[in-house]
Amino acid sequence: MVNGGFSKKDVSIREVIDHNRKTQHIKRKVEKGIPVVLFLIASVSVITTIGIVFTLLSETVEFFKRVPIADFFTGTVLKPLSQNPEFGVLPLLTGTVISSLIAMLVAAPIGLMAAIYLSEYASVRVRKVLKPMLELLAGIPTIVYGFFAFTFVTPVLKNLIPSLESTNILSPGIVMGVMIIPMIASLSEDAMSSVPQSMREGALGLGSTKLEVTRKVVIPAALSGIIASFVLGISRAIGETMIVTIASGSTKNFTFDVTQSMQTMTAYIVEVTGGDAPAGSTVYYSLYAVAMTLFAFTLLMNLLARYVSRKFREEY
Amino acid sequence: MQLSNQTIMMKKMKYRIGANKFAKLLFMLSAFFGLGVLAVLFYQVFSQGIQFINWQFLTGKLSTQPERAGIMGAILGTFWLMLVVVPVTMFLGVGTAIFLEMYAKKGRLVGLIQTNIANLAGVPSIVYGILGLTVFVRLLDLGNVVLAGGLTMALLILPIVIVASQEAIRAIPSQMSEGSYGLGATKWQTIQRIILPAALPGILTGAILSLSRAIGETAPLVVIGIPALLIPFPGGILDRFTVLPMQIYYWTLDSSLVAEYANLASATIIVLLITLFVLNSSAIIIRNKFQKSY
Repeated sequence: MVNGGFSKKDVSIREVIDHNRKTQHIKRKVEKGIPVVLFLIASVSVITTIGIVFTLLSETVEFFKRVPIADFFTGTVLKPLSQNPEFGVLPLLTGTVISSLIAMLVAAPIGLMAAIYLSEYASVRVRKVLKPMLELLAGIPTIVYGFFAFTFVTPVLKNLIPSLESTNILSPGIVMGVMIIPMIASLSEDAMSSVPQSMREGALGLGSTKLEVTRKVVIPAALSGIIASFVLGISRAIGETMIVTIASGSTKNFTFDVTQSMQTMTAYIVEVTGGDAPAGSTVYYSLYAVAMTLFAFTLLMNLLARYVSRKFREEY
Repeated sequence: MQLSNQTIMMKKMKYRIGANKFAKLLFMLSAFFGLGVLAVLFYQVFSQGIQFINWQFLTGKLSTQPERAGIMGAILGTFWLMLVVVPVTMFLGVGTAIFLEMYAKKGRLVGLIQTNIANLAGVPSIVYGILGLTVFVRLLDLGNVVLAGGLTMALLILPIVIVASQEAIRAIPSQMSEGSYGLGATKWQTIQRIILPAALPGILTGAILSLSRAIGETAPLVVIGIPALLIPFPGGILDRFTVLPMQIYYWTLDSSLVAEYANLASATIIVLLITLFVLNSSAIIIRNKFQKSY
């Protein structure tokens, strides 16, 4: 394709210009059409959000026509399939909150300390090897963690705590914590690495040890990023499904005893959809009410994380 | 007048240096803690499952008898699922990234789409499952087939692909596109012939990494309703299917009744992990080999 589509060997400039003028309108149409097509493609992500919110909301409204809102949010009994069904969400909420709390008790200190090691203590070479290895941990599918919690961690814990049930909330909580460590470590490390070197050097020059620099200079300066990473970790734990579904069972206990089986919101959704609840039944609609609660929780956490990291960022 | 007491200072110094050393050890242990768990996990799974991996297990059908069960159906299911996920996410993800980076004026609209993408990335995967169940399985009446699962998965990993593609496009220096414009090329010609080829390694890396996320993801498919039954090998995107993680899920649940199923689950986990390892390594190779720094 020489000369803009001419195959003749000798062409005059005149002919080239004429030819270009003829094909120009097609080109111009393409140039005008492409942005429109791309805009439509880009709007798919917005439509997805609208789709999620709309499906959840409309079916949730239907659910609250059958079960009063107050009963749903204050009820301590969840018996969706019994003769006289009760739909209290509190057992699921406690299950979700407790499992996330256990996960954070594991992930927050270990993740933060790992981040400190990577950012403040480790040599460049160690960091170069260690960081991708930690990311490997984040790439393990959650179903594998679930299997690990159920077939390994629970039996090991049972040796320490004999009263532990074979499905309990403690073991998936711990394993979920391990899963979240890389996320907190990586995000906190990013926050700490962006603290300017001159601040560390100032403190070191005044005779501080590395630990004192970390405690009194780096962590306060990077605090917004660290807290944001914790909040994102919580959000991740709340939305995690397979680990708790496998290792914590489906008993709808309203309890604070971590050795017992508890159901989280996510595990409830799995149970109801797996049981083929007939469309239109109250059980079916309860699925959406629980999913809406879950969605609201995680969205709130994500917005909070963004707000914290923006609002309280120390600029240097 | 004595200004400082040498002995007290030395004592304090010793304490401070000791604390620093102790803390360093503690931080190092934390950094290696995750790797320790990973090692235990790998050891557990491999020691339990490796002896069950043989030709019959890899190519056989699902069976009610653990010793005769094979995972060919799940492997094929994963394959067909990816055949839906890859084109859909690449088309939507790269298209969105081009729009945001090349066409859209930086303003309210872009801010809105950008925030929306960030929020979508934080939505739990099970919520996508509910979207898929409501829209693809029930509303469009596809049923729990490969196409419905694939579209759901595509939406789930879409934010990752968009962000990776955006970063790849942003990394191309503006001189390259300006050179193209200077020679009289139009915007679309520049995108087609300059931007996309240069951004391709970055886009591919992101796409492969998100693909491995989709291969390991279970929750949305559980919600869509992949049956635990013995279904025939899927032969197209409108067939019912199962995938590797689903098989692990069902076999793990079954293992509390029949212990042998735990072995099958571990063997399947090994197959899944090796698949992911190969995919992720190829992503890293592409990144290292073809990524130019300008």
